[in-house]
Amino acid sequence: MSGSQGSRPAPGGGAGAARTGGREVSGRLPWMLVAPAVLGLAFLVLPLAGLLIRAPWSTLLQRLAEPQVLEALRLSLVSATVATAACLLLGVPLAWLLARVEFPGRRLVRALVTVPLVLPPVVGGVALLLVLGRRGLVGQWLEATFGVTLPFTTAGVIVAEAFVAMPFLVISVEGALRAADRRFEEAAATLGASRWTVFRRVTLPLIMPGVVAGAVLCWARALGEFGATITFAGNFPGTTQTMPLAVYLALETEPEAAIVLSLVLLAVSVAILAGLRDRWVAAP
Amino acid sequence: MSRRLSRWATALAAVLALAGVTACGSGRPAASASPSAPASGAKEVTVFAAASLTGTFTELGKAFEAANPGTTVRFNFGSSATLAQQIVQGAPADVFAAASPATMKTVTDAGLASAPATFVRNRLQIAVPAGNPAGVDELKDLADPKVKVALCAPQVPCGAAAVKALEAAGLKVTPVTLEQDVKATLTKVELGEVDAALVYTTDVIASGGEVRGIAFPEAGQAVNDYPIAALAKAPAGDLAGRFVDLVLSQRGKDVLIKAGFEAP
Repeated sequence: MSGSQGSRPAPGGGAGAARTGGREVSGRLPWMLVAPAVLGLAFLVLPLAGLLIRAPWSTLLQRLAEPQVLEALRLSLVSATVATAACLLLGVPLAWLLARVEFPGRRLVRALVTVPLVLPPVVGGVALLLVLGRRGLVGQWLEATFGVTLPFTTAGVIVAEAFVAMPFLVISVEGALRAADRRFEEAAATLGASRWTVFRRVTLPLIMPGVVAGAVLCWARALGEFGATITFAGNFPGTTQTMPLAVYLALETEPEAAIVLSLVLLAVSVAILAGLRDRWVAAP
Repeated sequence: MSRRLSRWATALAAVLALAGVTACGSGRPAASASPSAPASGAKEVTVFAAASLTGTFTELGKAFEAANPGTTVRFNFGSSATLAQQIVQGAPADVFAAASPATMKTVTDAGLASAPATFVRNRLQIAVPAGNPAGVDELKDLADPKVKVALCAPQVPCGAAAVKALEAAGLKVTPVTLEQDVKATLTKVELGEVDAALVYTTDVIASGGEVRGIAFPEAGQAVNDYPIAALAKAPAGDLAGRFVDLVLSQRGKDVLIKAGFEAP
């Protein structure tokens, strides 16, 4: 996912730099690639078509005007964005550590980073409760010292989302770091720059496309997060009920309302991602 | 230019062909939790049952397999409302046991089952964590804003019952969370994240002493009836009816009452 982003030759290479020297390969399209590609596309897009076909278009606007819908949407967007910011703050340095610093047990640490990817999110939520809950290892101390309890608060939603989404960012940024040309960093170091300066002035601009791609993935994953959120943060309208939770509960009694909610979430996220893509991620 | 055009045309044709194929195949979409079709010769009964029946029905399933050699009973336990949706969407179920008449109605309204029988009833209790940190003794203690309360969401049967019980008591309780099913609500008590919750008597018993149950009189206003029915298009045929008979038999009643259910 990030390999192509990071392999660009020029530092700070934007959309223009990537195109130089590329001669278009011509000839017949190989069916071995086109047929599975079309199948794959259909597989991804048809469920969306299913939602569109079953959507109750006549009552759509009326359902959208319900205050609970807007509340859940606002909460979803805010918490996913804050969670992404937190992931950037912690995840980029973590990726740098994994890609640039040799230390014993690095392979193990790299595997541990991907644990939230394979862990069923509900299990992740229980694990968070055991650590950060009211009787959890750290949570107990948080409550006694600062009077802070995370479960059933919006902060808890952000924690759950960040836990599940951070590996996407770390993997993406680490891939970009490994693909980036290290000679620029070495040159800067020979010229007397400290490691921090090298990171800030050379490495970070070099891997920016990878960071943005990772952040976008991270945000999308946080936005759709369900299992860890409902387990760790609970479900209450206005404080912890994000769109996926509202969709799930609507499905219990009103499948049509659930479809409307899903479409709203989809439309908003696709609009934001498409907007970001045009602005930040160089699309060929 | 013309080559590019023809490329698009072939791609489009492929998509349309595929869409056509899937459209034809979507007459009976299977729910995600639906088991695969039984192999020919093997006799299988697939029972969709409310999550609160997990322990008792597993026991009854073993009894059914012992009484009918060569048969296997497969269970899909979950929220009654979700199960009802799966059945309506074409999941190959033989028997449906729901935690509320409303969720059973979803299935009977779709013409997929008729004449469901009420086999047990379940009553709410207040569940508090070991040690009862907030000192909860009765229902009105839950209205204290200092007491953290978990309830089931009103969309699921235990939540609907909780709303009814609190209304009967004339209490306004602001929970910290509305959980998606009764097991999730119970987990919050077991982990000590909340001070109290309203769950079924059977869940308190099933937790094996990890939580304490407190009976309260208003629960009598919100008793849940559990209906069961063999489905009209049951792939297992009359085996489905025989499983229902077992649940309604004295043997079935004994197992269910031992777990904290009440006779209807």
